[in-house]
Amino acid sequence: MTDVALVAAQGLTVKLAGRLVLRDVSLSLSPGHLVALVGPNGAGKTTLLRALAGLVPSEGAIHVRGDALSSLSLRERARRFAYLPQGHLVHWPLPVRDIVALGRYPHGATDPARLTAKDAEAVLRAMQAADVMDFSERRVTELSGGERSRVALARALAVEAPVILADEPVSSLDPRHQLDVMKTLRAVADKGALVIVVTHDLGLAARFADNVLVLSDGRLVSQGAPAEALAEQVMAEVFRISAYRAEFQREAVIVPWAEI
Amino acid sequence: MSTQNVMATADIAARRRASVMAALVILVVLLVLLSLGVGPVRLSPLSVIDALFGGGSDVQQVIVREIRLPRTILGLAIGAMLGLSGAAMQGLLRNPLAAPELFGAPQSAAFGAVLVIAFGLADVRSYALPVAAIAAAFASVFALLAIAGRNAGLLILILAGLAISSLAGAATALVMNLSSNPFVVLEIAFWLLGSLDDRSFRHVMLALPFIVAGAVILLSQRHAFRALSLGEETARSLGVDVGRLRLMVISGVALGVGGAVAVSGSIGFIGLVAPHLMRPLVGHDPARLLVPSALAGAALLLAADIAVRIIPSTSDIKVGVLTSIIGVPFFLYLIMRERRALSGGVA
Repeated sequence: MTDVALVAAQGLTVKLAGRLVLRDVSLSLSPGHLVALVGPNGAGKTTLLRALAGLVPSEGAIHVRGDALSSLSLRERARRFAYLPQGHLVHWPLPVRDIVALGRYPHGATDPARLTAKDAEAVLRAMQAADVMDFSERRVTELSGGERSRVALARALAVEAPVILADEPVSSLDPRHQLDVMKTLRAVADKGALVIVVTHDLGLAARFADNVLVLSDGRLVSQGAPAEALAEQVMAEVFRISAYRAEFQREAVIVPWAEI
Repeated sequence: MSTQNVMATADIAARRRASVMAALVILVVLLVLLSLGVGPVRLSPLSVIDALFGGGSDVQQVIVREIRLPRTILGLAIGAMLGLSGAAMQGLLRNPLAAPELFGAPQSAAFGAVLVIAFGLADVRSYALPVAAIAAAFASVFALLAIAGRNAGLLILILAGLAISSLAGAATALVMNLSSNPFVVLEIAFWLLGSLDDRSFRHVMLALPFIVAGAVILLSQRHAFRALSLGEETARSLGVDVGRLRLMVISGVALGVGGAVAVSGSIGFIGLVAPHLMRPLVGHDPARLLVPSALAGAALLLAADIAVRIIPSTSDIKVGVLTSIIGVPFFLYLIMRERRALSGGVA
């Protein structure tokens, strides 16, 4: 792990429909980290992800690997940021393999029937990492919710981008699949990517993240290692709850306990 | 499973699509021969081929090459354009119930053409007609974009399209209403029904350049439709300029449909039906659906145009009437089949 910033934002401000959704957010994130982005509903978590990927217009500066985001072409941005939106919508019943292969679109592989060996290998790696090989030929509409979210994850992994932005990738999954997806993302971070995960699950954030960013009303109010970023005072002020805290297998355990 | 296996299954699907495509091409060729042979003087496919390449009697040559060939070329090109436009529109909107009619483009194109005919601004066989039709189709589409906004959802697009096609229909009715010449009104009324009767190479020259340009534009965007299957936001995150794609599709449809409407009047529902017939055969991938839908559209319009020449009736049945009579019940059937997806979450 190095401390060179992979993604840096300075004074990031986003206005949507006349409302300030993000206010003056500055951050600097290094490769090889899994970063959890938490905060109450409407705090601006999704907007921050979208702004980093260049999907919403923003004021302020965003740099990725030292290049200003605004100076990059759409395709170049797409190669640097893999974006996994909430909901995993697929509009047509396409085979799983073809959907995962769309992750190679930014690399010029626009036709899944004509992948280069390099692209085919990336697709295969992504399908193995997200564990979708067993149903790679099935249509995505025939799959369960858990399987579908793994397909969406495989599609994002197939980009093999240095930065992965995942918006609530585990929100609709059972506990086992939640752990499974988080472990997969953790493994990707350990291989050197920067993974930013939006989640409401503070327990998973504490368990898997190196860093936690806490957003409240469009402002970045706390950041650091899970136990510090989610300190009692932050929990009280931002989430208005108290939490049970412990340590288990050398990881922080945080369980939301009562409203304040 | 290994990389080879993943590639192998993709190969099987590709081979299947290739054989479907070959079958469609053969079907279209047969329909072309049939279309050249059917009429008051019936000719066998063999004598059609003979006449086409300079054999047979002079009469046969004139019938095939000068009377029926333009009609057949128009049937082929317009049918293909309508099928392609339908598939492109369904790809853009990610909805199997989309069709060129949805944007009000053909209705507006018809209005543009009717305006030219009614006020005698130009000869019916001049380039003013397709240019007016295309201009009106463009205008309707720009109005649609202005009303719906750049990132509008499906519902807003459909409602705006409905309003625009109603307006175009009303404006057409007004032009007919105000026209002092009953013969012109009658001519327009018949023209609006949609027909390929008595079309010459002059008509082919009027429509074909625009249809080809529209088709080239739509086909050039095919891969973006596939990325769009994941939704607009994800497509953008994959590097697709969705706003530009939208504009390209609308331009391609306006060019093709405007050019087609200018010489044939409005021929509906081929754009809606053709992609549906192809999905069970080639799969749902919106990029791979474009060419088969164009071939299916060509086959449908050629078959319908052959049918109106065979069906015995006291007066001519217009091909646009036939396609709508068959197409509208099919549309209702589709609504019934898709109602679950329409009224709630998309699969």
